[in-house]
Amino acid sequence: MSVLSGTPPVSSDSSIATDPSNDEVIIGLEIHCQLDTSTKLFCGCSTDYRDDGPNTHVCPICLGLPGTLPKVNKKAVEYALKVAKALNCEILEESEFARKNYFYPDLNKGYQITQYDRPLAVRGYLDIEGEDGEKRVRITRVHMEEDPGRLVHKGGTDRPKYTLVDYNRAGIPLIEIVTEPDLRSPKEARRFLNKLRATLEYLGVYDSEKEGSLRVDANISIQPRGWFEREGKGKADRGRAEVKNISSYKGVEKALTFEITRQKNAIRRGQKLESATRHFVETRGVTTASRSKEMEQDYRYFPEPDLRPLRVRSWSDKIVLPELPDARKVRFIREYGFSPTHAATVTGDWRVAEFYDNLPKDLAVSAATATWIADTLLGELNYRDMSISDVPHGHFIELITLIRKDTITDKSGVEVLRSLLDQLKEAGSCEKPSECVKRLNLAKTGGEGLEPVISEVLAEQPQAVSDYASGKSEAFNFLIGQVMKKTRGRVDPTELNRVMRETLDSRGP
Amino acid sequence: MVSERDVEHIAELADIGITKDELGEFTPQFNEILEYFDLLDSVEGTSPATRDLTNIFRDDTVVPGLSADEALANTPEKEDGFFKAPRVM
Ligand SMILES: [Zn+2]
Repeated sequence: MSVLSGTPPVSSDSSIATDPSNDEVIIGLEIHCQLDTSTKLFCGCSTDYRDDGPNTHVCPICLGLPGTLPKVNKKAVEYALKVAKALNCEILEESEFARKNYFYPDLNKGYQITQYDRPLAVRGYLDIEGEDGEKRVRITRVHMEEDPGRLVHKGGTDRPKYTLVDYNRAGIPLIEIVTEPDLRSPKEARRFLNKLRATLEYLGVYDSEKEGSLRVDANISIQPRGWFEREGKGKADRGRAEVKNISSYKGVEKALTFEITRQKNAIRRGQKLESATRHFVETRGVTTASRSKEMEQDYRYFPEPDLRPLRVRSWSDKIVLPELPDARKVRFIREYGFSPTHAATVTGDWRVAEFYDNLPKDLAVSAATATWIADTLLGELNYRDMSISDVPHGHFIELITLIRKDTITDKSGVEVLRSLLDQLKEAGSCEKPSECVKRLNLAKTGGEGLEPVISEVLAEQPQAVSDYASGKSEAFNFLIGQVMKKTRGRVDPTELNRVMRETLDSRGP
Repeated sequence: MVSERDVEHIAELADIGITKDELGEFTPQFNEILEYFDLLDSVEGTSPATRDLTNIFRDDTVVPGLSADEALANTPEKEDGFFKAPRVM
């Protein structure tokens, strides 16, 4: 598969020169997620391959050796059904696997076992927060398939000399979720993916922290507003791009934003856009054209003769879905007094929601704690590219308790948090918050501890003291600032104000 | 009826190079095979009773597989535990 960068063919058709402000972006997604089973889809090989060398989690079945027979992992089917049910899909009475034939070294058998015209489930939806309020995104289909192997291209990035193949990933169960072209901006696409990720993690069928566990293909075109709705398809001269190879949540928004700019530029120049497959280059944040002739495929799908059909529709009635993100959001507002924004943030990530639910009740029912998690903790984690699962739960409870008991100020709390996260990132472990408070000398200076510092400052700043006495209010703020500087923020501002005022006023003019 | 053009296309999809002569040789063979299937289709009755056989599953239990050495034993080209394949990009 050769990758060329370039502009689409130029057309002299002038009828497509339209007002760009009256265009809309049409996006549909195809998402592949690895199901978090213990074994592969058709054999007993372990899926826990990430820390091991190449080709150490393989057997005759997933190596595609002649004479072997695949056998379906029941757990994978149960997981896929949970997804289909959570996405409000119709489960087909009978579904089947099919062979998709193509030649590429990531497929050892020369075909991939997937589902084709009889997928597991069809016609569902997922509600998301859209650009204009709540939005229903329709799901076309949900099906199961096996992951291909992993390729490493060796000897130069522009033109590799050869390819290395690792089949540890070959046969890992994937679920493919296809949406209708209902998304209208890269931001909506990101929100959809976030909601989908949260849903899959709430279901306990997917682990987003496993590297390479998600891959997205995005279809995108730019159409005159209303055209797509009215015609049910894009304009002939506004071909869509299918962007392949997006493998991160952030990548999706980046790839789509780049593609919109590219297509808008072409439209502005009056160029005709052909439908084409493009390749997202994550490191450069661009999409490049794939040589279309080579991408034109005839996969010669046919029913997999080695596997019997599935009749599992009745199973789905017995599935009891767990509390999903929307329900949890409502509960957090009701039970913990969250604002809707904080509730959306905290429940939008399964791990964060679990972290919160496991706090002691008295700490959890507090707007301050909610703010601490939704804003401070998540902000600091994001800044360091860390996850909530890196944070020891007990340490966080201790830190919040120190702030609540007024042992340290909110500001010092942030300082402690930063220090602990830096240690965790550096060494994988950290000291206890109380030890950190001691080491950084952050224990709050209040009451009696405050007076010596104030006296010191007043002795050092006679000019400011007399300015205050003569009624200059800036002098007061200056003196407060001096105390803050000496105590490095360890004092409670309200109390400092009070004690400072009392001390100055008791001196008289 | 399968034409020479069809055979050429199938060969391309299967990644098999065939000569002009072979095209002439294989095309009638393809058609002969397909005629057998027409014959089979004309037989009355149904296929053997695998029709109700559905839901064949195994449990999600790990079974030891092959070592990397065993997996690579039959491959002529390998490197650092990987299978080595031609350039594809
Ligand atoms: Zn295997």
